[in-house]
Amino acid sequence: MKPNKLWAWIVFGIGAAYFLVPLIATFEFSLKMRRGYYSFDSYASVFSDPRFQTTFGYSTLIGLFAIVVGILVVVPAVYFVRLRLPHLRPLMEFITLLPLIIPAIVLVYGYIRLYNSSSIIPFTGSALGTDVLLTCAYVTLALPYMYRAVDTGMRAIDIKTLTEAAQIMGADTARIITSIILPNILVAVLSGAFLTFAIVIGEFTIASLLNRPAFGPYLQNIGANRAYEPSALAIISFIITWGAMGMIQLLARFAPRTSARTD
Amino acid sequence: MSDEHFLRVENLTKTYGTTTVVKGVSFDFAKGEFISLLGPSGCGKTTILRMIAGFETPSRGSITVDGENITAIPPNQRRLGMVFQAYALFPNLNVGDNIAFGLKVAGIGRDERRTRVEEMLKLIGLPGYDKRFPYELSGGQQQRVALARAIAPRPRLLLLDEPLSALDAKIRVSLRQEIRAIQRELGITTVFVTHDQEEALSISDRIVVMNAGDIEQLGTPHDIYNRPATRFAATFVGQLNTLPARISDAAAGQANLGGRTITLPGLPSGIVNGAEIGLAIRPEMLSPVPRAESDISLDGTIHDVSFLGSVVRLRVDLQGTMVNVDTFNDQSAVPPSRGDAVAVHMASRDLMILPR
Repeated sequence: MKPNKLWAWIVFGIGAAYFLVPLIATFEFSLKMRRGYYSFDSYASVFSDPRFQTTFGYSTLIGLFAIVVGILVVVPAVYFVRLRLPHLRPLMEFITLLPLIIPAIVLVYGYIRLYNSSSIIPFTGSALGTDVLLTCAYVTLALPYMYRAVDTGMRAIDIKTLTEAAQIMGADTARIITSIILPNILVAVLSGAFLTFAIVIGEFTIASLLNRPAFGPYLQNIGANRAYEPSALAIISFIITWGAMGMIQLLARFAPRTSARTD
Repeated sequence: MSDEHFLRVENLTKTYGTTTVVKGVSFDFAKGEFISLLGPSGCGKTTILRMIAGFETPSRGSITVDGENITAIPPNQRRLGMVFQAYALFPNLNVGDNIAFGLKVAGIGRDERRTRVEEMLKLIGLPGYDKRFPYELSGGQQQRVALARAIAPRPRLLLLDEPLSALDAKIRVSLRQEIRAIQRELGITTVFVTHDQEEALSISDRIVVMNAGDIEQLGTPHDIYNRPATRFAATFVGQLNTLPARISDAAAGQANLGGRTITLPGLPSGIVNGAEIGLAIRPEMLSPVPRAESDISLDGTIHDVSFLGSVVRLRVDLQGTMVNVDTFNDQSAVPPSRGDAVAVHMASRDLMILPR
């Protein structure tokens, strides 16, 4: 083996250990619930907890709504900015980066001040209203990822020419977006969707302060009161997140292919 | 509206800020004509096509198709077909669905759509390709599918925006012949944008030669090539030699060319004795051997010989003026060499006085 390659492998090994050792340690600890030998008791305990099922189901549902709303907001916005208002792209970049700059705690206090039960739009006055607010908050939180995923997808296709080709054949804007643009960026949109899901499923701050029965606050609650179950939940969350990332990789294989052959 | 004025463009102008890219262009085309907009990059030809399609809004002027003023109508309601340089096939749809797209939008039923797709695939010589995806096709095949997709809904007008530019040379020639044959078969009025003069000359009924946002000349390929109306049209379309001459007797239409007095056909009015003029002549109208109609002969030296296959091009130094002389390849004759003395023959009737 060449010395350069050897060093590359050493650096890779250190990096991999940095990430894997805590993970393996957590997994190993999660199996130690029964004294003396390894078992999946902590996992059984987690899965049998009705609060796990309720909170996980709730976060999944809110996550799905956040994905749908995110797609409905981001796809047309990116499409029109790329097609008609390209000079607004730097502004879009800036706006979509704001959720990464502004802490979630600031965001949720802002929401509570603006939409409390004595305001003009009293979202927090009812459970449904708060769920709507939580969904909107997650759309905002996932905006940097959804925007970039969709923008990258649209960059890969010639949306101007495809739009014109569809227009000249009689298609209106709604049909162009649903029949031509969306199917061609579906993989990018799904990438954004899985990233949104990964963010929503473990989010604690906003769900907790809006007092919603989400998975994030449940994780925190278990972590504060139990010994082995938090490790099991950490591994479960990790598997869910990596599952979402794996789906993105898998879907990339099904992206519509373009050709620029001249023969 | 008669078929003679099927496509009417009147005083069409397009301005971006302070730059006018199309300057009050007007023309009329008959139904079934194949028209080429020919000109260099930035001459406004594509802008005119895009205004006809509805992708650009004219600053002034109007566009009428079959008696209907379409200037303010959105592109999806104009009932036109268009083929793009970059093919623009929908990557998520297979060939059949691409061709059927316009039919589906128009609300045509599934059975009729299928029949029409099969007809179109037959027409473009790709029967059985309906299940293939665009990335599985060559560039030439993709452009044929794009053509089928454009004509499937039976548009009033077919617009071709440099459809052959992205293809290699051999495919370009065969596809342009196919496009022309299909256009003739369907009798569809077609506007073709190109910067390639050979393409325009070979397939058009009429050509609009454009320069700097304006029409330089509109005519048949034969007229444009043999009777250019402007200096630009003369120099842009085909190869042209320019010989310097001096008017010796304007009243008699005589000029001095290389020390000889020649009589020019149709000397424009306003030219005075002693005026310097340029006499233009195509390379194929010059000959190293005298022809029956030759009445002028100038001595020169061969500067270079280029073998172009069917044509041998001689670059001849005629007393300080370089000219190209095209001769047909003769496999039994030895081509001349550099430095050989040569007499270049021409007929005065073939000389064009270049407008200033």
